[in-house]
Amino acid sequence: MRQRLLPHPVLTLVLALIWLLLVNSFAPGHLLLGLLLGWAIPLFTRHFWPEKVRIARPLVLFKFIVIVLFDIIVANLIVAALILGRPKKLRPVFVELPLDLRNELAISMLANTITLTPGTVSVQLAEDHSHLLVHALHETDSEALVKKIKQRYEAPLKEVFEP
Amino acid sequence: MIETVIPIAFTLVALAVVLNFWRLLFGPDAPDRILALDTLYVNTIALLVLFGIYSASNIYFEAALLIALMGFVGTVALSKYLLRGDIIE
Amino acid sequence: MIEYIISALILIGALFTFIGSLGLVRLKDFYTRLHGPTKATTLGVGSLLFASALYFSRGGELSMHEILVTLFLFITAPVSAHLLAKAALHLQLRSLAEPPEAESKRD
Repeated sequence: MRQRLLPHPVLTLVLALIWLLLVNSFAPGHLLLGLLLGWAIPLFTRHFWPEKVRIARPLVLFKFIVIVLFDIIVANLIVAALILGRPKKLRPVFVELPLDLRNELAISMLANTITLTPGTVSVQLAEDHSHLLVHALHETDSEALVKKIKQRYEAPLKEVFEP
Repeated sequence: MIETVIPIAFTLVALAVVLNFWRLLFGPDAPDRILALDTLYVNTIALLVLFGIYSASNIYFEAALLIALMGFVGTVALSKYLLRGDIIE
Repeated sequence: MIEYIISALILIGALFTFIGSLGLVRLKDFYTRLHGPTKATTLGVGSLLFASALYFSRGGELSMHEILVTLFLFITAPVSAHLLAKAALHLQLRSLAEPPEAESKRD
């Protein structure tokens, strides 16, 4: 019963929040309308959402988001310094990152995080989802880079989405 | 304070737009041009936001949001065309 | 006080936006050029939007509108960068880094 009436509680909350931001008002009426939309939209589009999102440990996810936001700022300072420095001295490389994650949402979150953080852009996901090709702007030690990404970003995502 | 900062910010973002146009015109390849176009969208959002602060008016946000949406869809469509457009097999 | 924070955010935002576009022109191959706009410009516009949210919240009425645009940019910028990189790999553009064998021959 609960499955049919409220198929995606997380999506409902996110949609309600987006509605509140869109109308730029936190009045009770808008809160109600937002919750109504958040309830109705997943219900009418449920065929587009075959997988259910399970967040096993919200606190780890929150910590992960804080770390990523911090890293985005650091990434920008590093990339800005590289751009303003001498472009000829850059050593760009392609690095193959072996993936432990299997959940598709987790993989796409990892790819997005890699693009937003220090000097790396995710380029291509292997068809069997076993590798992610990453382009680094300036990196001499590709093994250390792989190790850093796995420890800092992949481990918490695995904990959250694949307990 | 804000009044003195805004013209400087306008100048910087306008210069950024000029640089984007340079890349848009001189390529050399299609992905470069699409990337320039995508950056142009983002810089336009920056200009709109600055103009909103400058004129102390909230009504430019819908435009900024729409440019963000359309810019993303446009970039995705163009890259998809590059990926699927020239079919070798 | 809040005026100074807003001014600083506007300046930082405009500076990063400019640096991102400078990277687009200065760097030597497509893959390195991809780094400028995806990072610097996104953060630049993000901090401009944050400044605007603070500016319109000064009067006491909260203005969270801008957070939505920021969120949207932060989610979509990596996606479009990823697609562009994929397209570039598919077209086998000139690259300063050694392109991986297996990937460029596939498709």
